[in-house]
Amino acid sequence: MQSASGAWSPYLVGTLIGLLSMATFYFSNKPLSVSTAYARLAGMVGNLFSRRHTGNLKSYQDTPPKIEWGVMLVVGMPLGAWLAAVTGGEITGVWVPALWEQHFGPDVAPRLGVALVGGMILGYGARLAGGCTSGHGISGALQLSVGSWIALPCFFVGAVATAYLLYRF
Amino acid sequence: MTTPENVPPVLIIPLRAGEQQDMEAPGKPDSARQLVLALVFGIAFGFLLQKGGVARYEVLMGQFFLTDFTVIKVMLTAIIVGMLGIFSLRALGLVELHVKPTHYAANIVGGLLFGVGLGLLGYCPGTGVAALGQGNCDAIAGIIGLMAGSYLYAETSGYVASTIQKIGSRGEITLPELLGIRLSIFLAAFVPALVLALFALARLAP
Repeated sequence: MQSASGAWSPYLVGTLIGLLSMATFYFSNKPLSVSTAYARLAGMVGNLFSRRHTGNLKSYQDTPPKIEWGVMLVVGMPLGAWLAAVTGGEITGVWVPALWEQHFGPDVAPRLGVALVGGMILGYGARLAGGCTSGHGISGALQLSVGSWIALPCFFVGAVATAYLLYRF
Repeated sequence: MTTPENVPPVLIIPLRAGEQQDMEAPGKPDSARQLVLALVFGIAFGFLLQKGGVARYEVLMGQFFLTDFTVIKVMLTAIIVGMLGIFSLRALGLVELHVKPTHYAANIVGGLLFGVGLGLLGYCPGTGVAALGQGNCDAIAGIIGLMAGSYLYAETSGYVASTIQKIGSRGEITLPELLGIRLSIFLAAFVPALVLALFALARLAP
């Protein structure tokens, strides 16, 4: 087994994410969280179709669809990842990941279909659970939030079972 | 291209007192300074996720096949460092907590659904955008799906709030509060336990 699957040690990266988390609390009074930004962006798309309908939905009254701190965080993330991949010579530029291709073949459509459906379930689940791997898994867990310590094992149980079933076929 | 040149000096000024007021008003839009800070934090976060290898489909799926423990190593380390850091800063009166409300049923059902989506997509909401940044174009389908799923949730959010969210709703409760233990005592036991778990993991799955 490899000691590190990334260019940097997972312990170094984890430490730096912990420090980054302290920085967001100190400088912005906000925890690192990602999934709410998707909901806000989806609401902005919804506003293009029907502003009245979107505005009447309960969760958009609580988290209005607009560009704010969390959305800017998510806008920065692909830029940072691109920068890291470029400096490390790790730009992939693929539509089908290698592991998927080994098992299911090189066709793009099945991968995109599963990714789309997976993304929908992921998005719905994140909103219902109240956060994602960042919001619950890191920020909530480090603040000792009870709900986060419940959601986090559930994330893993669901993912382990699904990955096992998916790759059985 | 003139604005980025003007920004860095502004970022260094701490502005603590005004900052707190800024954040307390929930309806108030974030200041331009905060939006730029968020962008910088996002760039750092995405950079770290990519360097950690967790923007790779194979690494995430490897975690779920229990053959590659990079994801748990990164998360557990971040949790330990962040926990020590945030509670220290809080003890100094420099930060306040933002504990998410606990709803047992929604946390469990939503968490399991999230897991199913994670197993299918092979990226989480954060690592998905990082994956896109490094050139995994399949993440685009995942991101569209994530937005669609979030909107779908919004469609049902009124119903969810009056049904499943009410089951086991405990408010913004923390583990020491739940157990009725003082925070300092809880941390004195919990942090070493997490560190021990990380050492055990490093040993068992190097």
